[in-house]
Amino acid sequence: MINYFKLAYRNLGRHRRRSVLSGLALAMGTALLMFIAAFFQGEMRSSMETTLRLNTGHLQVQDSDYDPDKLSVAWEYLIENPEQAAAQIEALDQVQAATPRLMASGIISIGDESTGVQIMGIVPESEANDPYRNGIVSGSFITADDREGIVIGLPLADALGLKVGDSLNLLVNTADGNVDEQQFIVRGIFTTGTTAYDKGVVFLPLAKAQAFSGAANHASLIFILLKDREQADAVKAAIQGSGYKVETWAEMNQLLVFVNDFSNAYLTVINLIVLGVTATVIVNTLLMSVFERMREIGVLSSIGMKGRQVVALFLAEASMLGLFGISLGALAGWALSAYFGKVGIYFGDLGMSSDMLLNDRIYTILTLESAINLIVTAFIITLLASLYPARLASRMEPVEALRGAQ
Amino acid sequence: MEVAKLTDITRVYKIGQVETRALNGVSLSINSGEFTSLVGPSGSGKTTLLQLIGCLDRPSTGKVVIDGKDATNLNRNQRADLRKSTIGFVFQFFALIPTLTAYENVEMPLLLNGKTPSERKQRVLELLDAVGMPDRANNRPDQLSGGQQQRVAVARALATDPKLILADEPTANLDTENGEQVMEIMKRLNKETGTTFVFATHDPRVIKYASRVVTLQDGLIVKDTQG
Repeated sequence: MINYFKLAYRNLGRHRRRSVLSGLALAMGTALLMFIAAFFQGEMRSSMETTLRLNTGHLQVQDSDYDPDKLSVAWEYLIENPEQAAAQIEALDQVQAATPRLMASGIISIGDESTGVQIMGIVPESEANDPYRNGIVSGSFITADDREGIVIGLPLADALGLKVGDSLNLLVNTADGNVDEQQFIVRGIFTTGTTAYDKGVVFLPLAKAQAFSGAANHASLIFILLKDREQADAVKAAIQGSGYKVETWAEMNQLLVFVNDFSNAYLTVINLIVLGVTATVIVNTLLMSVFERMREIGVLSSIGMKGRQVVALFLAEASMLGLFGISLGALAGWALSAYFGKVGIYFGDLGMSSDMLLNDRIYTILTLESAINLIVTAFIITLLASLYPARLASRMEPVEALRGAQ
Repeated sequence: MEVAKLTDITRVYKIGQVETRALNGVSLSINSGEFTSLVGPSGSGKTTLLQLIGCLDRPSTGKVVIDGKDATNLNRNQRADLRKSTIGFVFQFFALIPTLTAYENVEMPLLLNGKTPSERKQRVLELLDAVGMPDRANNRPDQLSGGQQQRVAVARALATDPKLILADEPTANLDTENGEQVMEIMKRLNKETGTTFVFATHDPRVIKYASRVVTLQDGLIVKDTQG
């Protein structure tokens, strides 16, 4: 049997520089796509995790008339005696944490400067508040019985020149439609790594927030984290009750779920575009090779080589180019993804809305599945691209090939 | 016995609207063991005739029978099979595959014919010896002179022990000494093995070796001399 790969290896070696450059084009395409796939994966996972961890949780219980955009603390929109319900929910096996939160809108003012914030009344010791507690960069987290303390985000502290121990003036819209104002002392400054979130939220103990805003014994919602977010529908069904609505993370983050679901489609389109471009390089290389070797093809078919054997010869060349380029590219793509998976890529505050939070630093994540998908796709596209020059060569009449070369 | 029989062959090439009649009703029989030269001025149709005998091309009209088989209407693959088993070629240019060694070039037709490694080795060494190139087996074409390359090409043409070897201007690119050497080798092999040789040439050095000279002019055979 003819060793096509030995022939292919030698043929590629004739124009070593050209072969290496074609392989490098394929390598760059593969590396780039692998990195993009890892970036997308990292971005989507970061976005999903950050949004669920900070913003919506896996489930929320709210009054059926509650509108999270209005931040109203009027009693008719709130849940009464939320602690009891939260404790019952937290007792469920699938639930990691369930905690009441009161959301109110406020304004912080320091001297002439003021800025609008979302005041969040929390039960400090709840596990759901770990992202804030663990993100304290200065001072300490608030305690449940603190009546004057407030915790603010790092970008807000920087913007207003506040540090731990400083006082600030906080104005709140109250349950009866008025405003109230009080001085608080900054107990701690936190960062979650998501500037868009940290710059707009301040924390008070729930009891203090209720007293301050006139929402005594009420909360805006019960924030629930599950051990496994796929259990959201099951838990929702278990805790559904009259007068309240229960929303899952998927219902609260429809845009995010949509973007996440379609990220694979975007990736496929990008893959096809980039691989299409690299495929033209392969086609070009093999076409040049066909035209340069017309006489040889003529001679080979004169001595009895059949069309399919000529096709096999060129496919072997494309396979070797592909193997070289794609392996090199996969290695480079993996190395890039591993590096940026460790150090991350800093984007800072992208000014995204709270519907879709994103960490300031995105860490690339290369999954084995996406790497294998890409490698297989790149290889198939390379082979498909080589079919045209290969068939062109195989369909040449020997007499035309011999004449064409003269 | 006839190795090739062509009857009433025409070959018309169309380039755009222009038709060129390369052969204009040629009939020719080549018998086993002949050492035949097709001669004639440029454009007389000798290369076209050689290509039709070699099943590299198909006639516009007429009939081609090679080794008793009608080759007129064979498809591409069938013609490739016929060439592989029955016909060897030596071209004017030294048509060796540049990436293969002399040994591998001679081995290629044997590979295409599915010979075993031991059969191939024995045959290749035997042939390289027969053309006086036993010590050049591992050289690539660019390490060989024109004459040496043409001798390897002769060895390759003989590899599968074909009934018929077709050579198109085999000495055109060789100096006198190398041209003579190549012709001597082919003549000797013709005598020793009985292989039929047909040349297209206008080189008097080739013609003097021929046992039969077929002269073409304007796509017709005008003279057929048995020497």
